[in-house]
Amino acid sequence: MKHLAARVRLYLPLIKTPQTGLLLATGVAGYLSAGIKVDLITFMGLILSLFLAISGSTILNMWYDHDIDTVMNRTHNRPLAAGTVGLQEALKLGLVLSLLGIGLAIVMDPLYGLVVFAGLFFDVIIYTIWLKRKTCWSIVWGGISGGMPILAGRVLAIGTIDAVGILLTMAVLFWIPTHILTFSMRYYDDYKAAGVPTFPSTYGFAFTRTVIALSAILAAICIGWASVLIGVEAGFLRLLVVLATGLLVLSFATVTRPSERVNFGLFKYASLYMLCSMVVLSIQPYVTIA
Amino acid sequence: MKMTMLDRVLLLLTGLLAAYQIVVGINDLSTLPIIAYTIAFGVLLIASLLIIILGFDVLDSPAVVIVATIIPLSLSTGLVWEHVPPWQTGYLVFAILGFLAVLITRIFPIPGRLPTIVLAFVHGVAGLVIFILPIVMVLQEQAAPGFALVGLGGALIGLGGLLLSFLRAGKPILSRERILKILPGLLLLMTTCFVAGFYLA
Repeated sequence: MKHLAARVRLYLPLIKTPQTGLLLATGVAGYLSAGIKVDLITFMGLILSLFLAISGSTILNMWYDHDIDTVMNRTHNRPLAAGTVGLQEALKLGLVLSLLGIGLAIVMDPLYGLVVFAGLFFDVIIYTIWLKRKTCWSIVWGGISGGMPILAGRVLAIGTIDAVGILLTMAVLFWIPTHILTFSMRYYDDYKAAGVPTFPSTYGFAFTRTVIALSAILAAICIGWASVLIGVEAGFLRLLVVLATGLLVLSFATVTRPSERVNFGLFKYASLYMLCSMVVLSIQPYVTIA
Repeated sequence: MKMTMLDRVLLLLTGLLAAYQIVVGINDLSTLPIIAYTIAFGVLLIASLLIIILGFDVLDSPAVVIVATIIPLSLSTGLVWEHVPPWQTGYLVFAILGFLAVLITRIFPIPGRLPTIVLAFVHGVAGLVIFILPIVMVLQEQAAPGFALVGLGGALIGLGGLLLSFLRAGKPILSRERILKILPGLLLLMTTCFVAGFYLA
């Protein structure tokens, strides 16, 4: 038991818990946004299958990118780069978790399983293995794969892919650049040393900042549009507009008064905005404002 | 000055209270007060989040003076529109012109004391409206006693604005450290007064 606990502690950094948690939150929000009567077994199955699939794909990414992680200062302490977890062990763990997650998802609902599989496929095969080392535009596929959990949740709830699901997926797709591009600017030298093409190294910092600002605004527009289609109550809509205004202000500041503090501030605010939006979308069908 | 965990918690609570007010607290009002209060509590919410994310240094930005004007102006506009119908249009014009005057005198380099006079006048009128109007209404028994808390919130916002204005003018009443130390608590207390006051009204 002690041995198992020690292994779990060792494996935790492999799944990047904050990122996995946020993607899981989007999946839950996608499910609850439909406003259906929540079935506890299905809900637990959603959380478990998404957790397994997201964790599995994250580990497989880390396994494939361990050579890059070794070169980069930011990531050289990760378990595979540091050698605290073996490569074969990580590969097996990633495959097992991925297969369990997809398997459970398919058993629950075939279309839901297909969306979960698509997320993993786009992330590991298209983004990480095929494109990440070839073009900076690989982030588009990283973004699409990041949008799959919220679409999966929505699909599991309503049984089909609708306009709201696509808008929510696009919201996550446009949110992802604020994360990846901010890091590619902050750790510019690391990525250059690792030979990974990034927006700053290909198009320069000014263009990258503009892309971050525009994508943050587009993410907010998608969330707002989806909220209107869902029929979110006026009070929650007001809150989303206010939070989006903050995003707009910081995006403007990123372009007009660029600094590392403002850039990183936008990244943090965009993550907070996304989390708040997910909370609003999750609770709004179940709360009646007096 | 480094932000403590307590500062972050107080600012987060301020943001949550402002968010509550935006979602729940102003639902039954007419369109203009809803817009005015959403702007006021929205600025409070975003300001709290930005201070948490960017630190107290964000208060050194010249934009703070302009943004800080929005809160009392929009709050007082909402109050006047709701409770003093004869003043509605006149006060709305004052609020818009007042904001534009502060904006222009802060953006363009204008010599002399005009920028300070404009700021003091606009802040002063808006602050007095927020402070006096609820108290008068309570005294005239046109509102429940709890509504007077909005007036207290108005006094606190005036105090906070005064401290920050003198600090920015280079003649601080209290040291910068002391002001930043009490600011998160002051913001929370002020927001609590507003939210409770509107709820009890």
